[in-house]
Amino acid sequence: MKCLGIEATAEKLGIGIVNIKSEILTNITKYKPLTTGIHPREAAQHHAENIKDLIKEALQKVELSFKDIDLISFSQGPGLGPSLRVAAVAARTLALKYSLPLVGVNHCVAHIEIGRLKTEARDPLTVYVSGGNTQITAFVSGRYRVFGETLDIALGNLIDQFARTANLGNPGGPVVEKLAKEGNYIELPYTVKGMDLSYSGLLTAAKRALNNYSVEDVCYSLQEVSFSMLVEVAERALAHTGKEELLIAGGVGVNRRLQEMLNSMADERGSGFFTTPENLLGDNGAMIAWLGILEYTHGKRMKPEDSFVRQRWRTDEVEVLWR
Amino acid sequence: MKLIARGAEAVIMLDEGEIIKKRIKKNYRIPLIDLKLRKKRTKREARLLSIARQHGIPTPFVRDVIPEEFTIRISYIEGETLRDIVEKLKNIKEIFHEVGNLAGKMHSGNVIHGDLTTSNMILSKGRIYLIDFGLGEINESIEAKGTDILVFKKSVRSTHFEHEEEIFDAFFRGYLESFPSGSKVIERLKLMERRGRYFSER
Repeated sequence: MKCLGIEATAEKLGIGIVNIKSEILTNITKYKPLTTGIHPREAAQHHAENIKDLIKEALQKVELSFKDIDLISFSQGPGLGPSLRVAAVAARTLALKYSLPLVGVNHCVAHIEIGRLKTEARDPLTVYVSGGNTQITAFVSGRYRVFGETLDIALGNLIDQFARTANLGNPGGPVVEKLAKEGNYIELPYTVKGMDLSYSGLLTAAKRALNNYSVEDVCYSLQEVSFSMLVEVAERALAHTGKEELLIAGGVGVNRRLQEMLNSMADERGSGFFTTPENLLGDNGAMIAWLGILEYTHGKRMKPEDSFVRQRWRTDEVEVLWR
Repeated sequence: MKLIARGAEAVIMLDEGEIIKKRIKKNYRIPLIDLKLRKKRTKREARLLSIARQHGIPTPFVRDVIPEEFTIRISYIEGETLRDIVEKLKNIKEIFHEVGNLAGKMHSGNVIHGDLTTSNMILSKGRIYLIDFGLGEINESIEAKGTDILVFKKSVRSTHFEHEEEIFDAFFRGYLESFPSGSKVIERLKLMERRGRYFSER
């Protein structure tokens, strides 16, 4: 069995093909480099213009055709509506045209599952951090329950928005990480609410600090404060759930300082520490294809007329049938 | 002195019938952040435990505070955390009605707990004690009170999902009883949930 997965929740369009032995046959991603924040309609337009060729390219790369594909899966949510609709329309069309079964999957759950597949983590607490998501989840009684999350903006969004204000380009993460190495600490607001956190006050303060401090100092302090907050709530969630493994998922997970801090916390607690391989950390089609296989082989079926997109689909609404 | 619990941020020791809570150093964060947070929270917790008590919330008595050692000494409350016993409670509605009542009293005195979860509620001889005020503050804003309740709601959703409805129901009844203008907080709470990245309209 081979599944073709389509990922489009934000600015990236991804196509992946995965087989039932969980081998990733191909995984390609395309996006228009951004100079500003994501413009939902423009992102969707990019996806609509490129999706046909990208699917073709994915198949050709491994010398497959639709005769070899047994299942179509797509990112049904959560995400930006216009992007999600491109993935959904393409997936429905392919399913109908080639008479293939269709499953819509949850993007956040896909990040967790690809991490579990490609690391030694079996039952981790997952710290999922990206441009649009900051969420700490663990599997309890049939679902990935949310133990901590941002109450406003995501960690990636915090860094990107700050980087744009400081004219550091887009995406800002790698530049902020580099500049931070030369900086010293200045005080910025630290906001943790139980196992949740809030980044919007920190963003405002960091932007304002640019008037009085060097960009290096603000980058350093922004990273130290925002990551400390995240590690703190992750540690609370570990203690609370009793899980013994920690897994990083999502694009912000490439940040070395963040990895180092999470690793240090996990070490001190005697917990296992795992990072999703770098090529699968960001949004990609392979994770959608893999979750499609998990869902389908455990009985999930979806009619095209039920494949409407779910922009705000919560992680804990998904029934995890495969665990 | 006997170690009785190791939380995410502190060790709890029993010494001559009293509790010593010491916030421990975290190597993942830089010392400038680490020292400041631990000191601030130690002082805050001692202060808020006393203030909450003045508003009629059962809390441990504060015997001593040593900010330089990130330590407080408080009375020992013998009992179990609600977190551990919710699933076997016979009078779950009554208990969470009382929890709501306490939250209402606290908020009418502008005390924000900051980590209102069932791990921080101890049932002892029929009374519910609130502990762990380290993330708390005095704040009269509706937003701060809404956030406090949001933290409670989310922790119930993740940890006591089987009793979600009855817990919320009883909690909000108790909350409004002791804090009638809490209806404004509940209204704000709905807005805040929608502001979050994910929510489902149910």
